[in-house]
Amino acid sequence: MKENRKNLFFAVIILILAIIGGLFAYGKFDFLPNWFKKPYRLGLDLSGGTRLIYEADLSQIEGKDRDSAMNGLRDVIEKRVNLFGVSEPRVEVVKVGDDYRLNVELAGIKDIAIAIQMIGETPYLEFREQRPKEETDKILEEQKNNNPEYLRVDPYFVPSQPLLTGKYLKMARLDFNTRTYEPMVSLEFNDEGKKIFAELTKKNVGKILAIYLDGQPISLPVVQEEIIEGKAQITGKFTAEEAKKLVQNLNAGALPVPIKLISQQSVGATQGEFFLNLGIKAGFIGLIAIIVFMIVMYGFLGAAASLALIIYTIINLTIYKLIPVTLTLSGIAGFILSVGMAVDANILVFERYKEEIKRGLEKKRALVEGFHRAWPSIRDSNISSIITCIVLYNFTSSMIKGFALTLLIGVLVSMFSAIVITRALLKVFIK
Amino acid sequence: MINFIQKRKITYILSGIFVLGAWFCLIVFGLKPGMDFIGGSLLELKLNGAKIDDKLIEDIYKQYGYQSVLISPHGEDGLTVRSTDVSEENHQLIISQIKQNYSQIEEMRFESFGPVIGKELRNKSITAIILVIVLIIIYLTWAFRQVSRSVASWRYGVAAILALIHDISIPTGFFALLGQIKGVEIDSNFIVALLVVLGFSVHDTIVVFDRIREKLRTHPGLTFDQVINESINETIRRSILTSATLMLVLLTLLIFGPINLFYFTLVLLIGTFFGTYSSIFIASPLLYDWQLFLQKRKNK
Repeated sequence: MKENRKNLFFAVIILILAIIGGLFAYGKFDFLPNWFKKPYRLGLDLSGGTRLIYEADLSQIEGKDRDSAMNGLRDVIEKRVNLFGVSEPRVEVVKVGDDYRLNVELAGIKDIAIAIQMIGETPYLEFREQRPKEETDKILEEQKNNNPEYLRVDPYFVPSQPLLTGKYLKMARLDFNTRTYEPMVSLEFNDEGKKIFAELTKKNVGKILAIYLDGQPISLPVVQEEIIEGKAQITGKFTAEEAKKLVQNLNAGALPVPIKLISQQSVGATQGEFFLNLGIKAGFIGLIAIIVFMIVMYGFLGAAASLALIIYTIINLTIYKLIPVTLTLSGIAGFILSVGMAVDANILVFERYKEEIKRGLEKKRALVEGFHRAWPSIRDSNISSIITCIVLYNFTSSMIKGFALTLLIGVLVSMFSAIVITRALLKVFIK
Repeated sequence: MINFIQKRKITYILSGIFVLGAWFCLIVFGLKPGMDFIGGSLLELKLNGAKIDDKLIEDIYKQYGYQSVLISPHGEDGLTVRSTDVSEENHQLIISQIKQNYSQIEEMRFESFGPVIGKELRNKSITAIILVIVLIIIYLTWAFRQVSRSVASWRYGVAAILALIHDISIPTGFFALLGQIKGVEIDSNFIVALLVVLGFSVHDTIVVFDRIREKLRTHPGLTFDQVINESINETIRRSILTSATLMLVLLTLLIFGPINLFYFTLVLLIGTFFGTYSSIFIASPLLYDWQLFLQKRKNK
């Protein structure tokens, strides 16, 4: 009697927690506190949006400084994307072999073209020194002969030594020349930049110190004297509007290293919504099919297992919201597979239970035996799945990762739900 | 009780035909790699009723230097345009030109991958699958270590993997065939589907092996083939029930789901079927034959 009461108490607690979890997972009732209404984090294929992959050119950066350069690059791009007003942009650095990449994910954005342009147009500002005359002549000569090694080499200027780029910029400002009223951009370097600029100007008195923007020369001023206060002007031939935009871009952060767009994927918002509804519908139909099936096959036991399955779904959704897990189509596939495995755990137990009943055990004893005997196969098959998930999560790229993560969570929860929840519910009902 | 061990030759031959057929297709036709693997671009348009002239779209692409353009209808009101990878500038120009001609068209999806990304995906997928296989053998060797009676525990791992190779060979070969006949390409969805099959196949095989493990312990009087036979007979109900549930869900998805997921679901359906089939008819009989082979050699 005492044990029955304990079982009942335990089952009631599980149900109450499940209801709270269910409210959290659904989250759309008005009476709920705001915290419950936290939305799911949807992947690009479900919310619509764009994924851009850039490759960074780090040839000018020494090996040990590369990680920090990439982090700088990420920060700058994050700042720009935020300027654009994207909700929760994701910008991350990915290292593939010796190449560094930057993955940019913009969810729910309407005008992708502008976003790409904004990131792509981010100026890469650098200063270049004049090559010695012999070198220039040699390169021009080789280019005339179509020597492929020289075709893409700038014959006149080389990146300054030490390198001075937009990274060392403190701020940029729009000014007008007091005599000609032409717009110009004033630059001010930070402390480190100040030193480099002083060194460069000292070294190049009487020569050109070219200012390049995105690989194009925009201004070719001749250095008059060493400049120690770390200020410079760009007096290109631009309109006030162009100069203003350049200033904005430079202030938002010039890119510390040049980047190139190597891949893009975009999903329209309607398409995303379509897939999201489809995923929900498929999950729902699947769940109902399974419940009907379980009740037909196992009657009362199946009903208890179905209840456990609903609780199982709630736990998963709650975890997705809490972590938060980015949900994608392949993620939903992972979840559906894990539902299959959760059902399988129940079927294993019930088939075992039936066998034990056949052997003449009384119901309660058969149930205990059923769980006990089915456990090793549930454990071993699930551990194989866990191994698979962990490998996939660590060794593959985003799409398969989503699958691996939801499957992993699902498998872990299913072991818990089959062994703890189904058992607790059945203990109450089987006397 | 069905004597599976006695009838194993039939199922071996059947599986042999399927697997050899699959490999034949795979070697002769090869898989047709989709854009995910070799780079390229895909543009999906919603027509909203517009009557499209394929030639015009092809010409727009050609104008920007993209020679190989593949245009195919997508659903009832959609169009897919495939080509080599398209830069962002050209993408915008192409879209605006298309819209000039057909103003009601909406852009649903655009993807463009450089070849580097595709190569990376391919290498990563292969590494991951090999690593999974090795780790599962190691785990099963460990999990079955106490079943010392006559069968070394690592053989369970190897038998499970052989069944697994059987299960993923068949849908892969089938897709090589589909690629040849209908031009079906494989994409990262295909890899995900194979991974699901992989997980399911091992899962299913372990359930049978677990029963063998238990029986070897609790029924020391039975011979090995009796143990295997009884184990299969006792678990077959569960195997069929579980995969029937899964196939039921997949079948609804195949019929009512979107065309984008048709082939994804098809891989799963074929894989689930053969996964269950092999766990009953292939994996455990293999254990037995292996044992038989070793004994014969010993007796010589």
